[in-house]
Amino acid sequence: MVWKKHSYEDIPGTYVFDGKHAHGAYPINKLLFSFNTEECRDEFDRDPAAYCDKFGVTGKYKEAIIKKDFLGMLRMGANIYYMAKMAIPRGTSVQDAGAAFQGITTEEFQAKLLAKRDGLEERLAKEGGYWNG
Amino acid sequence: MARILGGVTSSHIPAVGNAIANNLTQEHYWKRFFDGYGPAQEWLQKVKPDIVIVVYNDHGLNFFLDKVPTFALGCADMYHNADEGWGLKPVAPFQGDAEFSWHLAESLVEQEFDICTCQEMLVDHGFVNPIRALYGTHEKWPVKAIPLAVNTVQHPVPTAARCLKLGRALRKAIESYPEDLKVVIFGTGGLSHQLQGERAGLINIEFDLECVEKIAHEPEWMTKFTNAEIMELAGTEGIETIMWLVMRGALQDDAKLIHKHYHAPISNTGAGVLVMENAA
Repeated sequence: MVWKKHSYEDIPGTYVFDGKHAHGAYPINKLLFSFNTEECRDEFDRDPAAYCDKFGVTGKYKEAIIKKDFLGMLRMGANIYYMAKMAIPRGTSVQDAGAAFQGITTEEFQAKLLAKRDGLEERLAKEGGYWNG
Repeated sequence: MARILGGVTSSHIPAVGNAIANNLTQEHYWKRFFDGYGPAQEWLQKVKPDIVIVVYNDHGLNFFLDKVPTFALGCADMYHNADEGWGLKPVAPFQGDAEFSWHLAESLVEQEFDICTCQEMLVDHGFVNPIRALYGTHEKWPVKAIPLAVNTVQHPVPTAARCLKLGRALRKAIESYPEDLKVVIFGTGGLSHQLQGERAGLINIEFDLECVEKIAHEPEWMTKFTNAEIMELAGTEGIETIMWLVMRGALQDDAKLIHKHYHAPISNTGAGVLVMENAA
């Protein structure tokens, strides 16, 4: 029994959500999926540990959930979209998570993104054929 | 017979829906992105499709990871939006066309695209936001809509080549439907973005512009990339760009480019709008 190696595993700073992650992190993703329902979110809030037990989320996974360690959860195989169901209502945006991954502040992360806009309109004008206001 | 009028592409990220819901579309951050939708909205108003087929990926609303269909087609009369975990009020339900969907499913399976048929299908932001960006938000939507979900979330996901072929099969399926329906295909998602890992925040403008250009004029170009290569260039979530190829494959090879718009960033994403029109 072996997990086949994929070329995408060599992309730096990247965790491709494939069978290996989906398999190992199935209980935690199942718990996160349940947050689509408000009653489930409330039940979790009343007793996070008991809610983890209900879904068979144990050990380091359970610890990460209870501590709301979103970064740790992602590294353990929680899917980013599923994690967003827990993180966003609790005030952690995907940009906060991205910043944490890089060890910078959210403001720094957003500034790096905004810099992409510098010179964009000129670049598109040069390219030709683009709508430009 | 049913006829494909053309296709439109759009990003579908949650922030687009939030900007619309919170009336932010004319704020500096959003204005250029949303203003670039104007010609696409006008084109839709002019050609007036009866129905749009929205190619998108589900992000864990309708499908959980217990069953992940590679391609899934809505085959119902109605599709509901629902809470995705953020407690937002769902938008009004979308009217489908079950007879048309089942014809598409039959034709696709005959053409060896063994698609998953769904008689109940909740539609998430991936489906809803492009429609809102292109039609505005309505209590009664001005167009019927059919969801066509592509798995871009859990690998293995289909190749770019397979998506282009699905589009070509979809074209045959649509054009063999006996009713005089006017159809437009929305290819949604993309362009480059990566939400997770130390490489989060990646936006590759050069690759995005190349994708926009090539998908419009030479879509086969995209099929030379493996999914690993696309993710390396466009980010893990940028793999969604393969869904544009379903739209492109459904159109005539020489479909006319009507409108081309690119903006970055919107949230973490490079965003592109294409409008392409088939010859009558």
